[in-house]
Amino acid sequence: MEYQSPASIDEAVAALAALEGARVMAGGTDLLVQLRSGAPRLGAIVDVKKIAEMCSIEETAEGFSVGAAVCGAQLTGHDAFSRAWPGVAEAAGLIGSTQIQGRASLGGNVCNASPAADTTPALIAARAKAEIVGPGGRRIVEVEKIATGPGKTSLGKGEMVVRFLLPARPARAADAYLRMIPRTEMDIAVAGAGVSLTLDRGGVVADARVGLGAVAPTALVLDQAADILTGTKLEDDVLARLAAAAGAAATPIDDKRGTIDYRRKVVGVLAKRAALIAYQRAGER
Amino acid sequence: MPKIHVSTTVNGDTVEFLCETQETVLDVLRNTLGLTGTKEGCGTGDCGACSVLVDGRLVCGCLMLGVEAEGKEIVTVEGIGSPDRLHPVQQKFLEDAALQCGFCTPGFIVAAKALLDSNPEPTETEIRYWLAGNLCRCTGYDKIVRAVQDAALEMKGQQA
Ligand SMILES: Cc1cc2nc3c(=O)[nH]c(=O)nc-3n(C[C@H](O)[C@H](O)[C@H](O)COP(=O)(O)OP(=O)(O)OC[C@H]3O[C@@H](n4cnc5c(N)ncnc54)[C@H](O)[C@@H]3O)c2cc1C
Ligand code: FES
Ligand code: FES
Repeated sequence: MEYQSPASIDEAVAALAALEGARVMAGGTDLLVQLRSGAPRLGAIVDVKKIAEMCSIEETAEGFSVGAAVCGAQLTGHDAFSRAWPGVAEAAGLIGSTQIQGRASLGGNVCNASPAADTTPALIAARAKAEIVGPGGRRIVEVEKIATGPGKTSLGKGEMVVRFLLPARPARAADAYLRMIPRTEMDIAVAGAGVSLTLDRGGVVADARVGLGAVAPTALVLDQAADILTGTKLEDDVLARLAAAAGAAATPIDDKRGTIDYRRKVVGVLAKRAALIAYQRAGER
Repeated sequence: MPKIHVSTTVNGDTVEFLCETQETVLDVLRNTLGLTGTKEGCGTGDCGACSVLVDGRLVCGCLMLGVEAEGKEIVTVEGIGSPDRLHPVQQKFLEDAALQCGFCTPGFIVAAKALLDSNPEPTETEIRYWLAGNLCRCTGYDKIVRAVQDAALEMKGQQA
């Protein structure tokens, strides 16, 4: 099996096009586990960690740009990013152990397309977009458009995510991510919810967005969230409506880690609690 | 497919080796370089027995390819302390009986050293979260946590 570690995006795109069965590798925490269990169609590995833009975090007037291969430890250790996007940072910080944090990337988490990926709902709530390059050039898509089903993405042959773009934050805006796992560490979400809120001067929600994880074949955008939350101060009846909408949007699987009813209930509770955390954080800004 | 030539630094020494793409750092350390202190428990990132430092960052040797080691600095348990001059973490693991079969110990030593290098005075909660990716079937963890706390105190004393 061939291994290449190109230093530029153009070289990486060329390598992905030229090598039969080539796959992008960032931290390898999904890919190398799959390789070990005999992943089919893995013809070559294109390691993108020598590409500077894919491993750096930048803040501009338009917001943050986070390289798709930036590892969790690097992201959570970036103070300005964690201040602007505490929910995305906490989602990234939940992935695996300290050891996994030293490698696991947002690009890998989103493109591995596990329904339970922790950063995807948080990135959806953040209205993050992915910059994708490939043989056909560059395009920018919303994060929720990448995964199309468990292990499946909308990326074309030879395409890869270069970076994630998170919009600039107005005053009184904050996010939060919560997941439910049966243990306290090192487990896969039974359900997850990311919430991003912007408040007006009076503490009334002016903008809201909610992403749900592990309760459908892909992470979901909770479309009704903006309608339910905008114009409120998260009163009890509002939160009850949010929880009900989250539960109703969920189409979870039934397995030993949680029944359908349980996941529906839990995802609503998580959405509610994450909304309250985001609200408190936004109010403190 | 010819083997790939890699030059890297392991425990301060320049090292060159040949490996195939699918071989992990763990495979290379144990099978090619004869550094068998680093253990394989699961091979899938779950147990931490293969913990090593790469450019100062704690990672699983089983989830990194040998070819990725090119130009990096790797530290394994063999590079921490020496038989006649144990690192405080190693000394306290012995004194506090923080091991039984010992299979998990190298991984814990490397992970605990990395913790104390970045956070010299961790709380018990911080220690437990930091070490959550290191599994131990024998000790029940309490003695391990105590050994790390004692090592932190010892290292603080040495500095003063
Ligand atoms: C012990 C352990 C615990 C874990 N715990 C969690 C957890 O709690 N929550 C969670 O969500 N995940 C968890 N994971 C899964 C994994 O760590 C994450 O999904 C991680 O973010 C993957 O990132 P990576 O850089 O290692 O991806 P890689 O393994 O390098 O890549 C994953 C997939 O994405 C593709 N890919 C990677 N980068 C790009 C890119 N830029 N463009 C296009 N495709 C790309 C690869 O080809 C591959 O198919 C865990 C894994 C392990 C081993
Ligand atoms: S052998 Fe690497 S984590 Fe278990
Ligand atoms: S001492 Fe036996 S596994 Fe930890």
